[in-house]
Amino acid sequence: MEKFLVELLNLIAIGAILCFPLFKTKGKGILAVSVITIQVIIASVVAISVFNNGLIEFYYRGSWVTGEIPVRIDYLSAWFVLIISFTFATGAWYGIRYMMAYKSQSGNLASHAAAYLLAYTALVDICLVQNGLVFLILWEVMALSSFVLVIFEHYKIRTLKAGINFLIQSHVSILFLTIAIMMVKVNTGTFDFAAISSSTYTQPAAIAVGLFIFFFCGFAIKAGFVPFHTWLPLAHPAAPAHVSGVMSGVIIKIGIYGILRMVLLIKCDMVFIGYFILFISVITGVYGVMLAIVQHNLKRLLAYHSIENIGIIGMGIGLGCLGIGYNNPLLVASGFGGGLLHVLNHSLFKSLLFYVSGNVYQATHNLEIDTLGGLIRKMPHSGYLFLIASLAICGLPPFNGFVSEFFIYNGLFNGLISNNFLFILFILFAILGLVLIGGLALICFTKAFGVVFLGNPRSSKPLAPVNESLIKAAPLYLIALFILIIGVFPVLFGPMLIKTVYLFLPESGTQATLQLNNTLQSLTAIGWYSLGFIGLTALLYFVRKLLTAKRSKASDVTWGCGYTGSAEKTQYTASSFVRTYRKLAEPVLMIKRKKNEAAGLYPDRISQATHPYDKIEYWLIDKPLLFIRSFLKRFTFLQNGHIQAYILYGFVFVGLTILLPVIVEKIIELVNFLNQL
Amino acid sequence: MVSVILIIFASIFFVGIVTRTKSIASGRKGPGIMQNMKDIIRLLKKGSVYSKTTSFIFQIAPTVYLASVLMAILMLPHGVHPGVISFSGDFVMFAYLLALGKFLIIVSALDTGSSFEGMGASREALFAMLAEPAFFILMGSFALFTGHTSFSSIFNALDFGSYISYMLGGLATFVLVMIAMIENSRMPFDDPKTHLELTMIHEVMVLDNSGFDLGVITFTTNLKFAMYGAIISNFFIGALPLILSIPLFMLIQFCFAVTVGVIESFIARYRMSHNPEFIFILTSLSLLIFFGVLLILGKFM
Repeated sequence: MEKFLVELLNLIAIGAILCFPLFKTKGKGILAVSVITIQVIIASVVAISVFNNGLIEFYYRGSWVTGEIPVRIDYLSAWFVLIISFTFATGAWYGIRYMMAYKSQSGNLASHAAAYLLAYTALVDICLVQNGLVFLILWEVMALSSFVLVIFEHYKIRTLKAGINFLIQSHVSILFLTIAIMMVKVNTGTFDFAAISSSTYTQPAAIAVGLFIFFFCGFAIKAGFVPFHTWLPLAHPAAPAHVSGVMSGVIIKIGIYGILRMVLLIKCDMVFIGYFILFISVITGVYGVMLAIVQHNLKRLLAYHSIENIGIIGMGIGLGCLGIGYNNPLLVASGFGGGLLHVLNHSLFKSLLFYVSGNVYQATHNLEIDTLGGLIRKMPHSGYLFLIASLAICGLPPFNGFVSEFFIYNGLFNGLISNNFLFILFILFAILGLVLIGGLALICFTKAFGVVFLGNPRSSKPLAPVNESLIKAAPLYLIALFILIIGVFPVLFGPMLIKTVYLFLPESGTQATLQLNNTLQSLTAIGWYSLGFIGLTALLYFVRKLLTAKRSKASDVTWGCGYTGSAEKTQYTASSFVRTYRKLAEPVLMIKRKKNEAAGLYPDRISQATHPYDKIEYWLIDKPLLFIRSFLKRFTFLQNGHIQAYILYGFVFVGLTILLPVIVEKIIELVNFLNQL
Repeated sequence: MVSVILIIFASIFFVGIVTRTKSIASGRKGPGIMQNMKDIIRLLKKGSVYSKTTSFIFQIAPTVYLASVLMAILMLPHGVHPGVISFSGDFVMFAYLLALGKFLIIVSALDTGSSFEGMGASREALFAMLAEPAFFILMGSFALFTGHTSFSSIFNALDFGSYISYMLGGLATFVLVMIAMIENSRMPFDDPKTHLELTMIHEVMVLDNSGFDLGVITFTTNLKFAMYGAIISNFFIGALPLILSIPLFMLIQFCFAVTVGVIESFIARYRMSHNPEFIFILTSLSLLIFFGVLLILGKFM
């Protein structure tokens, strides 16, 4: 049954893409959205049946190249399939509205819709299939189709540049994965993922760890761990809003899926791997949010926040690995539980934030935070939604971000109670990191929400007519509803989460079950207290309303110290809001500043511009590239543009290939001759 | 439940005692202890003026602020009596609830579109962020020390037989007093009585709040003071019976208020640009406590 459904899921995607030429632009859009919806329903049915009935496994014969192709759908696959499906569905429903602005570009839209379908299908298949070669092919399909999605506005040079950067980095990721999968194939002679476990059992520990590092690097590029994150802040602002949402929400999470899958498969020293992932994740989280604060572009800011959240997820995974290594089921439960839940949570609030930023873009054609303002009165729906998502991403109760961060905190603080000094130090480091991430995220989102949506407009550019309607915002409200439900009734998702976490437990003894149940109970408690908090707030607000109902209420201009003129220009901007922070963080960041100060008797216009840049990108990508370029420049004389020269190269090459064996033979003869002397 | 009643009771007098200390220290007659509460009640009875620029955020923020602090207070224990809400890791929720209130207050300051209020909002966000690690490491140290992860079990398990736990309590008190000064925007980090908007933090954020909302915000500040006082008192109460612990609680709150008053009278406000450095000291101090605990437990290497 499930086998049939999985085949159907793939076939209708291919069928729909083949049918595209038969439809007009509008028809294509409707077809794509309905096909995605059907696919999502099918995928969810499969995933839920896995959660009800346990592992599903079936095989295809495959060809002599691939060998047997096993399809194994376990709880981990099902968890990710559900998350991917939900975000792709809301992305499609939101996207069809968003794309109406581009309805004149018929051909472009068709390839976009086809790429969207392909990306979804490939992502779901990646979660299911367990054959190395097929996995790589699907990974490539996913990378290429997301490349097409990103460069929708390819007539803009910046979009194209970002897209090519993304394409190259995706392929570096594939390179790592290919090497890793080849290592396994050479060792065991099969592409089946099960071989990874069996081969790492027999190999020395160092090789298994090396294999894991290769897989990790490949997946980390996709997920955006520092220092592999540099493609994210370029690609997200370039893509259309729903693509950014989907990409940040789930496409980067496939990297997390890969890492988790390898944690399950590779049998090696989990303590080292745990420390490794924990360290990288803390750096990722703190670095991501530190850079996010100083960004001027709303979508770029959100992109850096994705890096931060990947860091939080990674902290969960690292903690869980340490739990496996030290045989501490509590750490496994709260680490992997928190990480997996944060994958879901982040896919919800981050996609919501990107969709709302799409609304902002369509209303203002501008994403520079400093020039926006006062949008909440023009776009109240977007305002509410952005507020909810901001609170959730800051990890504040009663929303979902808090639940997953609490999970990880719980693991960290319980992990402190240990006798291992090194472990305690790492945990302390992680706690510091997580606390800093929370505080910095608060600065970042008070800036983003406060400046974009509140106050008065900061530029005199007129707004495009905004027609927000409840129907248009419905998919977004659906996401917001989930954000709140997870925050208040996390226990609804508990059973699925626990089944998934069970996979990671080394042995399912009573101790482990006890810890899992304890964790579940504290989840329930948080939910109830969050609900109580909402109740308390509502009660207080009701009392306030009751008491102030009959009082006088006047409205006047904002207090300006006696100045009553127009204050739009003197409002606090985003840059001034984070100025103190910027000064403090300047040694770590890299901010290019251009200043034009007043000088002389008749000063010119004064101005100041800051361009935040990424120090890691500078040292890790730009500098080496410059070096390679200057090295390769020495060989440019070869490419002189004369066709005669090129023909000569050809002759030299052909001649060498033919002559080489002869020359080698002669040399050997010569050596033998010399030896005989 | 005991702690909630005690904290609310203490909050009524707290700022009055601070003001009284300041007037005695500066040799003025000054207002009475209840003046602050009278002001709040007067504000609660008044009508309001709202800026035309503001949205619903400005209306809900003070209420959420109060609710977040009340909810946080519900988590605090009193000696052996656990708070109304108590679960493993409750101090994480405690800190995050306070952060939620702060988020809304900051955003409501930006809601007015004022040229001053953003200034306060920006500083509040930054200083709160910098002070947060100190609190978490402090709680982490005590979790490590006692082997528990909730407020009430940590305070119950603190062993009051040894001098070491009193020493830790003393250090923790210092850190908490400073955190309370930052969170409530008092001297030496911020001067609530300054005349210039440019140099304020908290006061400039609520420039546009009036009437009922302003009263709510002012009372919440009092509550926050008493809340930190309650945490401090827990370091010393231990398993004393109620008949002893309640007077001790009141005494500690009183000493805390007097200390705040004395600090405000004799220390000048730090330069705004130097504040982060002072706040970093708190984090390093709490790290010191952490390593002290490690030493005591013999877990160093």
